[in-house]
Amino acid sequence: MAKVLMKGNEAIAEAAIASGCLYYFGYPITPQTEISEYMAKRMPKVGGLCLQAESEIAAINMVLGASASGTRAMTSSSSPGISLKSEGISYLVGSDLPAVVVNVQRGGPGLGGIQPSQADYYQATKAYGHGDMHLIVLAPSTVQEMASLTGEAFDLADIYRTPVIILADGAIGQMMEPVDFSERRRREIPPKTWATCGHGGGRKHNIVNSLLMNPEDLENSIRDRFERYRKIEAEEVRYEEYMTEDADIVVVAFGIAARVCKSAVAAVRAEGIKAGLLRPITLWPFPSARILELADTAKAFLSVELSMGQMVSDVKLACECRRPVEFYGRTGGVIPAPGDVARKLAEMAREQM
Amino acid sequence: MSVVFDRPKALNDVLMHYCPGCTHGIVHRLVAEAIDELGVEDRTVGIAPVGCAVFAYNYFACDMIEAAHGRAPAVATGVKRTHPDLVVFTYQGDGDLAAIGTAETVHSATRGENITVIFINNCIYGMTGGQMAPTTLPGQVTTTTPYGRTPKIQGNPVRICEMLSTLDGVAYAARVSVDTPANVRTAKKAILKGFRNQIEKKGFSIIEVLSSCPTNWGLSPVEALAWLRENMIPYYPLGTYKDIDAVGGDAK
Repeated sequence: MAKVLMKGNEAIAEAAIASGCLYYFGYPITPQTEISEYMAKRMPKVGGLCLQAESEIAAINMVLGASASGTRAMTSSSSPGISLKSEGISYLVGSDLPAVVVNVQRGGPGLGGIQPSQADYYQATKAYGHGDMHLIVLAPSTVQEMASLTGEAFDLADIYRTPVIILADGAIGQMMEPVDFSERRRREIPPKTWATCGHGGGRKHNIVNSLLMNPEDLENSIRDRFERYRKIEAEEVRYEEYMTEDADIVVVAFGIAARVCKSAVAAVRAEGIKAGLLRPITLWPFPSARILELADTAKAFLSVELSMGQMVSDVKLACECRRPVEFYGRTGGVIPAPGDVARKLAEMAREQM
Repeated sequence: MSVVFDRPKALNDVLMHYCPGCTHGIVHRLVAEAIDELGVEDRTVGIAPVGCAVFAYNYFACDMIEAAHGRAPAVATGVKRTHPDLVVFTYQGDGDLAAIGTAETVHSATRGENITVIFINNCIYGMTGGQMAPTTLPGQVTTTTPYGRTPKIQGNPVRICEMLSTLDGVAYAARVSVDTPANVRTAKKAILKGFRNQIEKKGFSIIEVLSSCPTNWGLSPVEALAWLRENMIPYYPLGTYKDIDAVGGDAK
């Protein structure tokens, strides 16, 4: 299939449909509304449904109902709306239900702004809802990845019976790039024997539930889920590296920030500074093992984010205090220029001499 | 010897946790009888609430989902829209349906979601131990209205059937009671109609059931039924508030 020029948000929507997601429940919020609009146009033509809910809370619970009955379903929002979905996300986790939730981040806290941000990193990777839980968090940095990671997200959600978050930002959501929807690698999906879709007279009733009143039962169910998390950590970590083999300074950045950093790394390399880039594609599970390996050869790390510094704490944990970890970022919707990051790298390089 | 009374097939043979004299058991039975009579247990999905009926997922023999507090109609929407041939019902109390879940209730009703909603109104939060509900009557003492509900302070109760009957998506809205055998029979007919409406794809049906809570009202089971009759029915009149099958589209 030929490449088509699309907005990142539209690429997510089209990729979801291509992945067999025929049910989308959403609520408009900038800068992700194109997902809803695209779904509203396309779904009736492919026999699916785009339903605009009365709130983000209702939308995530519609996804829960669809998922509980064994159907692929998706919702999307942006930062303030994602906070509203956090209740439903926690219930999805507690009920072991697959779902794909897209967060096209904007600035916060509160109503914040509508420009790109990565300030929901902590929320996405540490506490999307109450309780002991993790979510798989995927961070696309191109429109192509908005499409391919959306497809992956549905497979991962079904395989591990967990919500998967696409943590994008307003820049990738809004920008247009060529995207190829040709066949991606599809994974084997286990049958959904747990689904509540009518017992048909052939089995005992299924119950989709997150309530366990006996503390030992609840503890055991959480331990079971954490066993699955260990498997995800062992098998699903994804990242991309750029010029890290001989790098003295390894920049760690995801999403739109990684694109800025790639340009900065190329620029300082021309000046003789040995920089490289590690771009986590999975923010949870985080590529901690690879960062620790790089600590053998690198002299320092630099975390670059569109926030006041959140992923930087994971980079510090990952390299186990063996190397200094510095931070550079802009927040509130400001995107740093490659030159800003290059200056920071030059400063770090001078300190190392 | 012929069997004249038995447990409905749609109810599991398990011990229920409800307090003595609580009318949840009666309403569970009526819902299960309706499912049995329509022969739809194998394709029914029930949505349990947060509140006293939270464990309804153990009691009904059909597939069940436990929703977050107030979100049952949204969950039901997700099930029904993806599986239009399933019979989907929610079973919710007054705090769940008329306070925290008001938006989900009103919007699933006005969208005309083809689901059946069983609404238990007992004027109190039972599970948390007797706090004010959105339907608590003026003057009624609860643990959070220890001097009686004062509308100027705690606001007025909400009449759900009256409110929802104004919405185009609602096919059927009826308020019934389970305080007497005669009223239980009327309640059964209303619940059966609510399920039949869904099978006939008529839209949103809500059956509000006035129920008693002897434990949190501090009354004996018999006194509680008398209290319901003397206090709740005057404020929440029984009847059919909307029925698209009736002449003129609604009747009271």
